[in-house]
Amino acid sequence: MSTEKVKREPLFSAKYRKLLTIPIGKNNPITVQVLGVCSALAVTVKLEPAFVMALSVVVVLTIANVLISLLRNGIPPRIRIIVQLVVIAALVILVDQVLKAFAYDVSKQLSVFVGLIITNCIIMGRLEAFAMANKPWDSFLDGLGNAAGYGVILIIVAFFRELLGSGTIWGIQVIPQGFYDFGYKDNGLMILPPMALIVVGVIIWVQRSRNKELIEEN
Amino acid sequence: MFSNRYIFIYSSVMVIIVAAILSAAASFLKPYQERNIREEKVRNILASADIPSTKADAEDLFQMHIVKEIVVDLKGDVLSVYENGKLQQGEVRAFEINLRKEQKIKEAYLLNESQKAPGFPLYVCEKEGKTYYIIPLRGKGLWGPLYGNIAFDDDMNTIFGANFSHDKETPGLGSEIATSEFADQFEGKTIFDSDMNFVSVKVVKGGVANSNINISHGVDAISGGTITSNGVTDMIEDCLGNYIEYIKKQK
Repeated sequence: MSTEKVKREPLFSAKYRKLLTIPIGKNNPITVQVLGVCSALAVTVKLEPAFVMALSVVVVLTIANVLISLLRNGIPPRIRIIVQLVVIAALVILVDQVLKAFAYDVSKQLSVFVGLIITNCIIMGRLEAFAMANKPWDSFLDGLGNAAGYGVILIIVAFFRELLGSGTIWGIQVIPQGFYDFGYKDNGLMILPPMALIVVGVIIWVQRSRNKELIEEN
Repeated sequence: MFSNRYIFIYSSVMVIIVAAILSAAASFLKPYQERNIREEKVRNILASADIPSTKADAEDLFQMHIVKEIVVDLKGDVLSVYENGKLQQGEVRAFEINLRKEQKIKEAYLLNESQKAPGFPLYVCEKEGKTYYIIPLRGKGLWGPLYGNIAFDDDMNTIFGANFSHDKETPGLGSEIATSEFADQFEGKTIFDSDMNFVSVKVVKGGVANSNINISHGVDAISGGTITSNGVTDMIEDCLGNYIEYIKKQK
């Protein structure tokens, strides 16, 4: 909330682009900040629920970030966490209701996890750390970037788990029947949650070996 | 910086606005959600008689295969018949019956016979020249309600097929009752013993083979889902029990 008159920046200046891209890569909420891992383990057995979950988080986080940023000067600091929670909870209920109305099968698969977006630490973290202190457009990009960073990891993990665990992608068989005739078997372990953790671990490993900055000193 | 007064007004206004938005959304989306639930009910009934359906053709298949819907009471009398797209007898169509409500009415009725008698739905299904009788089920699992449908061969004793669903059983454990592996176990089981006594079909912890229950009256439970499995046992016994008199009258 600076009072100095700032020169109006173009909507997609380098600074704004950074807000969007850094959380997808260098400061990814899952692989670097290690937040929101629990839902990443739970909904990544198949691509479709992972995609819907990612989309839901994008919607919730982006809108919540913008709303909180718009309200930031009026929110009494003593009840700010409550206000943030009310905004998130209201958005999550809306998303849940919309899914029940228009994507019933997926909402059954996601079951409790949509409701648990409320407790996803990425969202509270962004509202508290960013939206409370920044302008709506910055917050919009920051929310979008962080949710996209979360979503990208979810989709990568779900891609490998579905491919190796069920031999399908988005429900369509991709491993040809011939492979099975020669004795290839779907890896049932990939369907279990621990393998999601290992896939996330592999992604972290790949990311850090490509970007040495991310490696901790000790 | 902000007075208590401001904080109270702020939070009250916020809560009222959010409540208004949510209730508006809920009432706007309700018809869509109810259509989904109805569609799922139709598809589950069809699935128990082994008729695969898609979202698009479920209603048509239902009209084609479910030739008759009847409502029976605990004494075995027929309360209503719905056939050829209209009610032939009675006042309520079997499909519209809310099992949960009827189970409540049944509780009151068992305590005092002068109360309103409950009615239970039964679907008559024709498929490839054979007749199947489909009985819908409703019971309690660990976290919420369980649902199911059981299709019987025309002797009303041998199970032709079954399917189960649930609202919020534990994923990976109790929720496994919704898989076809679990439901397929019910095929060929019988609910009456050789003397026509009702024995139901039990979901047996530790496996039927290791228990003293006759193999034709039991299926294997789900590991780690004991309470859900017991819920299925109770649901089957409780719901099928309502039809015993009707079935005996048909013999």
